[in-house]
Amino acid sequence: MKVGIVVFPGTNCDRDTKWAFEKIGAQAEFIWHNENELKSYDLVVLPGGFSYGDYLRSGAIARFSPIMKSVSEYAKKGGYVLGICNGFQILLESHLLPGAMTRNENLNFISKFHHLKVINNNNKFLQNLKEGDIINIPIAHAEGNYKVDEDTLKSMYDNEQVLLKYCDKDGNELNPNGSIDCIAGICNKEKNVFGLMPHPERAMESILGGSDGVKMIEGFLK
Amino acid sequence: MKIAINVHLKKGVLDPQGKAVLHALETLGFKDVKDVRVGKQILIEIDTEDKEKAIKEAEEMAKELLANPVIENYEIEVKE
Repeated sequence: MKVGIVVFPGTNCDRDTKWAFEKIGAQAEFIWHNENELKSYDLVVLPGGFSYGDYLRSGAIARFSPIMKSVSEYAKKGGYVLGICNGFQILLESHLLPGAMTRNENLNFISKFHHLKVINNNNKFLQNLKEGDIINIPIAHAEGNYKVDEDTLKSMYDNEQVLLKYCDKDGNELNPNGSIDCIAGICNKEKNVFGLMPHPERAMESILGGSDGVKMIEGFLK
Repeated sequence: MKIAINVHLKKGVLDPQGKAVLHALETLGFKDVKDVRVGKQILIEIDTEDKEKAIKEAEEMAKELLANPVIENYEIEVKE
């Protein structure tokens, strides 16, 4: 599997992400945001960080980077795209995923392991997990308060687009940031564009706190 | 021509910054403050004397980039 990892000015999870995909046996390389064309990849990842210093709104400026035009076209043709944290915010601003992010309800930057519940696994990304599985993955964000209008939210449930929710270790809803319905991760209707605030690439080694991220990203191998 | 674009979170969207400022104002002794909303103002200088054209351009800028219509409203104000 060949993975392209887009690097914007201010991206800071690019190396972790590359390392994580190499660890599961994928070939991974960086794509500088200024490039116009995408080479042939099995997956394009928009990693976490603070693209363009989060100016205006998180992800708002990165959307206009030259490479994003190709990423949009790639996604619209069915190519797999994964946005992690700031990458998720960029996908929202690019209208490749529905909704928007606002500041965390308590205004804090939250950085800790958090439990997540798998709501739907009928997609490539979460196919190695079961519905109802509880996993433990780090979150690290100040703007992870997911918002979407009610009609869109309903259609997202109907189309199996709500993938992950924040919960406690027993699976009860626990909301760290104020997100509507505790939502932590979603996909598009066509199930080829995925976005989540938690960082699976930071949960690849039990010695570093947990390895639940392995099962997640391994979904893309199949 | 100078144009101001004021961006605020929509009514139904919780504004945590506004809430924090409200609490701080209460602590300062302003007990009669009922609500605070924090937004941003973007000042733009457009090289035209045509007011209508400037407003139209500002509308496009707001819709495309300066505001996110999912969560934010905007108002356009001609400064001079």
